[in-house]
Amino acid sequence: MSTETSPPPEGDVATLQAEVEALREEVATLKDDAEDQGRKMTIIATKGSLDMAYPPLILASTAAAFDWDVTVFHTFWGLDILHEERSRNLKLSAVGNPSMGVPNLVAAVPGMDAVATRMMARRIEDNGTASVEELIQLALDQGAELQACQMTADLMDYEDDEFYDGVTTGVGAAAALADMGDADIQLLV
Amino acid sequence: MSTQYDVTETLDVKGRSCPMPVVKTKQAIDDLETGDVLEVLATDRGSLSDIEGWATSTAGVELLDQRETNDDGERVYEHYVRYTG
Repeated sequence: MSTETSPPPEGDVATLQAEVEALREEVATLKDDAEDQGRKMTIIATKGSLDMAYPPLILASTAAAFDWDVTVFHTFWGLDILHEERSRNLKLSAVGNPSMGVPNLVAAVPGMDAVATRMMARRIEDNGTASVEELIQLALDQGAELQACQMTADLMDYEDDEFYDGVTTGVGAAAALADMGDADIQLLV
Repeated sequence: MSTQYDVTETLDVKGRSCPMPVVKTKQAIDDLETGDVLEVLATDRGSLSDIEGWATSTAGVELLDQRETNDDGERVYEHYVRYTG
């Protein structure tokens, strides 16, 4: 039995070196790509009450200010946020809202939602908080993509031209999933 | 009162609350040239941490200073941001 280890044939060393070199280049390319790519956030907005319209819009416009790639997929009542007319009349529900400080039995009295909405609208104005419309424009101006789910738009009988200009229509679950698939942050509101 | 920075542009977002100070700051910065300094005047207390957080995680901007001043009984938060390109 020989104690000497025979050196690998010349050809193998050259192949391995070439492979190592190729891998190094690939890693460098991937690293560059990873550094170039900013973050990506996808939000699914499903609610159309005044209070629930704010979180997705505030996060979307702020993330766009971070130069992130932002997509908000609006479905069901979330479509009302993008609906030009309805977005100006989003309501706050007094029922089931413990912060309102009134028992549900009282909150359910007709007209209570209107009272709650008026109170909140006044606070929004007094506080210098942006309107829903203003936030939508800001988000769009900064390149955020606001999508209207086609299936629920059909369900609710909303036409494309009833949404704000710049809203992406004709979008479905597969497009939303594809977006979420390569997003760093995915939120359901 | 003089500032120690050569301010190119001033953005007044007094009276506006989150997310306007950050979003408007970003929009104003986009209109500046490399090296320019933007002064932001806000009354939103949250603008201190918001603008700091935004500047930290956004490429091409440097937060030079943040100050709290009193403007006739109204608290004003001053931010100085340089566009570094």
